[in-house]
Amino acid sequence: MAVAARSTQRTRWIRLQVFRYVTFAAAAVFFLVPIGAMVEFSTRANNGSRTLEYWRSIFDYPEMIAAIVASLQLAAITSVVMLVLLVPTMVWVRLKLPGLSRIVEFICLLPLTIPAIVLVVGLFPVYIWMGSNFSDSILTLSLAYVVLVLPYCYRALDAGLGAIDVKTLSEAARSLGASWFAVMWRIIVPNISNAILNATLLSVALVLGEFTIANNLLYANLQVELVHLGRANAGVSIAVAVASLLFAFVLLVILAFIGNRPRRVRPELATALAGPLAASQT
Amino acid sequence: MTERSGVEVRLEKLVRRYGTVTALDGLSLTIAPGELVALLGPSGCGKTTALRLLAGLEEADGGRVVIAGKDVTGLPTSRRNVGMVFQAYSLFPHMVAWENVAFGLQMRKVGAAERKKRALEALELVGLGRVANRYANQMSGGQQQRVALARALAIRPQVLLLDEPLSALDAKVRARLRDEIRRIQLEVGITTLFVTHDQEEALAIADRVGVMQSGRLEQLGPPTLVYTRPATPFVAEFVGLTNRLAGTVKGGAVEVRGVRLPLVQPDIADGPATALVRPEAVSLASRADAEEGPLVGAVLTVAFLGAVSRVTVDLGDTTVLAQMPTSAASQYPAGTKVRLELRSDPVLIQREEPVATAS
Repeated sequence: MAVAARSTQRTRWIRLQVFRYVTFAAAAVFFLVPIGAMVEFSTRANNGSRTLEYWRSIFDYPEMIAAIVASLQLAAITSVVMLVLLVPTMVWVRLKLPGLSRIVEFICLLPLTIPAIVLVVGLFPVYIWMGSNFSDSILTLSLAYVVLVLPYCYRALDAGLGAIDVKTLSEAARSLGASWFAVMWRIIVPNISNAILNATLLSVALVLGEFTIANNLLYANLQVELVHLGRANAGVSIAVAVASLLFAFVLLVILAFIGNRPRRVRPELATALAGPLAASQT
Repeated sequence: MTERSGVEVRLEKLVRRYGTVTALDGLSLTIAPGELVALLGPSGCGKTTALRLLAGLEEADGGRVVIAGKDVTGLPTSRRNVGMVFQAYSLFPHMVAWENVAFGLQMRKVGAAERKKRALEALELVGLGRVANRYANQMSGGQQQRVALARALAIRPQVLLLDEPLSALDAKVRARLRDEIRRIQLEVGITTLFVTHDQEEALAIADRVGVMQSGRLEQLGPPTLVYTRPATPFVAEFVGLTNRLAGTVKGGAVEVRGVRLPLVQPDIADGPATALVRPEAVSLASRADAEEGPLVGAVLTVAFLGAVSRVTVDLGDTTVLAQMPTSAASQYPAGTKVRLELRSDPVLIQREEPVATAS
């Protein structure tokens, strides 16, 4: 009986593994084939041979470099402003104004229902005023981008805050003498670090891929420059597109790695646990 | 941990309203230095609200909170110097046990070496020195609450507040930790307010028990007094089990099923009333196969509770609970005809309308 049961279990396990690998392979093909095609195209010379000329030429376009730098700055500013705005607000609403949570959620999710082009029409007069009275720097786009990323980041942060008992933890910290700033910085933030990283990932990905708002407000970010360059030199444009994808991929891997690193285990504890563990394995 | 003496705590006519609901209705309570007072009551009676007002986690709509002679009513929690253990597990998940305990000391700008030393001392006090490097998710519920207790004590607070700290634990751990809390409280000598809905817990641990209902203190006194001389019918029914037996008040006593019992409230007006009689004041006198009478009935059930058993007797028009040693109860299996005896302890009287007095 036991042998038969073990055999059934093993068959199930093998089937599950096969299903996993097939699914993974299908997803990989779906994502990698277009990227592979782009790599192939951006490394193909006119005579059909392989060349890195288009990749080397990226640096011959100073507008592209400026656009990449601007997009990265925008991603950083948007992420920071979004976190500074959202995290304390969401924590405060949970602690002190739970009745407002639905309203805050509605406001944060509202940009999802507004098409980017409509957002541009609304923002246009604001940016004209800002351009003449404050600054016409591309970095002012971050204001629009904060609105754009709100729904996605709200969801990510809400999930993180929902996973901990914010009220009890903050009351415990307060009773131990912590100021509100200490509660936020030393208790809440470390316990929702994964949610913060997820929100940041989403924010970075959205900003790096944004085209409509920047183009219609006449700013040249990475995506806008890619389109312009694509009209002038398709090979370089595709090379930049692949490079930006690779860059985003590396960035996401780094952030995910930071977010998922194993919890610290103290040397003393490791030593204490090693004995019984080793004994139980012998 | 150094020995220290507690301070006096006074809650003066505290009022707290949530919209139209009055959670605390002029609560006044004085806790002597080093005393442990347990507030006991059903859900929504205001006991946790009282504790939260003392902690500064909520603002009072009226009244004062005085700790060690100082009015702290307007002070935020972080400046009240109170230690608190919560009902929910409240250890900071990203810190190991000793870091949790040291957190309050860090907030008080105690140096790194000193705070680690004091954190480990506090953990030793609760018997958990060995789990100093464990995270909350590596500890049992009982261990987490003990670490929370160590964390609350490490800051050397003037007052210790315990908000149903044992309610999430299983019965055995709860009883053990309850005794441990009392031991530590006596050792440290800290003034303590303990909030619970578990009467056994309150009676076992406290110097005085306060029974609350609808935002008011119904009775405050030593556990034995609250149990044996409940001040109101609510206290009698909430603390321990009570038989409600119809009777007639006459001449300063109540006649219940042919037995005259003295009254807790001697000045009560004559007339029909309900007498509240404890199960341990009821005994099964003998087999009474041939007898008839108002106190003769048949055993319905026998509930085994360990050293004692609770016997339910059907008297025809009502049922009565009797509590006795299990060895005695075993003589009366279900269906046995028995005669009840009522011990002549003073009993409380309850009437539908407010109890009228003879004066």
